[in-house]
Amino acid sequence: MTAVLEVSNIKKSFGGIKAVDGVSFDVQEGEILGLIGPNGCGKSTLFNCILGQLAPTDGEVKVDGKVVTGLRPSELNRLGVSRTFQLLQVFPKLSVRENLILAGQEHQGNMMSRLFGPSDAGLTAVADQMIGFFKLDHLATEAAGGLSYGQQKLLDAAMAFMGGPRLVLLDEPAGGVNLTMLGDLKERLAAINREKRATFVVIEHNMEFVMSLCTRVMVMAEGKLLAMGTPAEVRANPAVIEAYLGH
Amino acid sequence: MTATGKYLRIVLGIAVIAALIVVPMNFNRYGLYILSQWAVMTIAAMGLNLTLGYAGQISLAQGAFVGIGAYAAAIMTTQGMPLIAALAVAIVLCFAIGWILGYPALRVQHHYLAFVTLAFSTLAFLVFRNEDWLTKGIYGISNIPRPNVMGFATNRPLPFYYFCLGSLGIVSLAMWWLIRSPWGRAFVALRENPVRALSLGIDTRRYTLMAFAIGSALGGVAGTLYAPLTQYIDPVPFNLSLSLDLLMMVIVGGSGFFFGPFLGAMIAVLLPEWLRFTQGYYLMLYAVAVMLLLIYSPTGILGILDRYLAERRTKVASALRAVAKSRLETAP
Repeated sequence: MTAVLEVSNIKKSFGGIKAVDGVSFDVQEGEILGLIGPNGCGKSTLFNCILGQLAPTDGEVKVDGKVVTGLRPSELNRLGVSRTFQLLQVFPKLSVRENLILAGQEHQGNMMSRLFGPSDAGLTAVADQMIGFFKLDHLATEAAGGLSYGQQKLLDAAMAFMGGPRLVLLDEPAGGVNLTMLGDLKERLAAINREKRATFVVIEHNMEFVMSLCTRVMVMAEGKLLAMGTPAEVRANPAVIEAYLGH
Repeated sequence: MTATGKYLRIVLGIAVIAALIVVPMNFNRYGLYILSQWAVMTIAAMGLNLTLGYAGQISLAQGAFVGIGAYAAAIMTTQGMPLIAALAVAIVLCFAIGWILGYPALRVQHHYLAFVTLAFSTLAFLVFRNEDWLTKGIYGISNIPRPNVMGFATNRPLPFYYFCLGSLGIVSLAMWWLIRSPWGRAFVALRENPVRALSLGIDTRRYTLMAFAIGSALGGVAGTLYAPLTQYIDPVPFNLSLSLDLLMMVIVGGSGFFFGPFLGAMIAVLLPEWLRFTQGYYLMLYAVAVMLLLIYSPTGILGILDRYLAERRTKVASALRAVAKSRLETAP
């Protein structure tokens, strides 16, 4: 197995606060790694450092063995690293289909071929397939802003997969999603992982979701890595129970 | 329902175009001048609508680009060069300067960006006024010739109006195609959520610069028509108030709507003329009308229409759902 993502000694400080304080881990191809920890422990900051949204104070990120620290999010995305955000991030005025086409269009050709090529960048079929896969069929032409919260969350996740990414970082995909839809989402993610060999890192507070979906779970507390192991190991770890699960 | 809607739109479009061609035939010189001005300002406003309405980048410099285009046309055509050459120069020049002016937008946004572009607007005005060797300063450039288009002289007002209208047609088609291309989608993404756009592989930096450059180039196109329209230019029409007028056209018409600039330019150019019978009060009435409009609908006139259509769509959809539900309930 090869490591798709290697994170070594990432640090990020905001003024005097060490939001992320020397975190290292690897993610193997095809793995679903859960990332849990109390609010404010630095999970999202770690994501932002990995993805180039924030410049880490120190440390290095490698994707497929290649150093990517300092790359812009758009460049990283075109290398096959995709993400979703904690808060909803769809384009409300564009239709569901347009949102998906937008999410995929920069992954092919160049600026000129996009300007002079077809207006859908040849992605309508792919987008519709994704719409079907995430069970949004009846909503394809609706403006994304008019969808329910859960539906937007599904769309948000679907958008992350449009470019055919190798690695997807999901920031609280289950937050605010009702139980039925949550089941759908989990099943969809697992299917993409199985069929496309896509690798995931998932931040989530919903323990049931994390423990049933992830192959490994990593626990953070106060900017540091607290524990790492299979869901069962993590659940049994006294330090984790102390910091997070105990209450 | 959508099919009839489509036919209705096509019929309406053809009717408007036919009216724009036929009705002005018996307009007097002044009427044609005003209508030509509408066409020219619509082109400039379309450029700003791309930068501001679609890509979400405020600019108070569009008037300066109209000025650059107008001076390029005036200087070159009075030297005997054809207008088409001036057009090419204006497009390249405004595209390049617009691109450079886009760089501040990568660092600052909103009113900070407005101030940066405002400073550029002032700078351009100072160049028009002070660089006598090039622009003849406050004396202006007179006797600007009107072009021959495919063998037809456009010296008389009606042919020149058709020339402006034709140019507007070409620019409109190009813009329609641009905003429907993946670029148009990327511009909207830039406006609605640049952070998410970046995470989807969209090179927001390059698209921001493009939005500025293309929008500015259209300002230049409008300028190259403006010079032969007035046949005399001096720096005054290209001061900050033109940029503000163009901004108002975009916002009043409906920023981010394709037809917004057409409507906005119509209001800005024609309404003062229609209100002229009120004599000294027309500017005040005009100002009040604009204020009331923006309080009622911050998204401009087309925003009202858009809201109405959206509400109707929702009503239709919920009615259809209700019907489907009652069928389900009454089914044996």
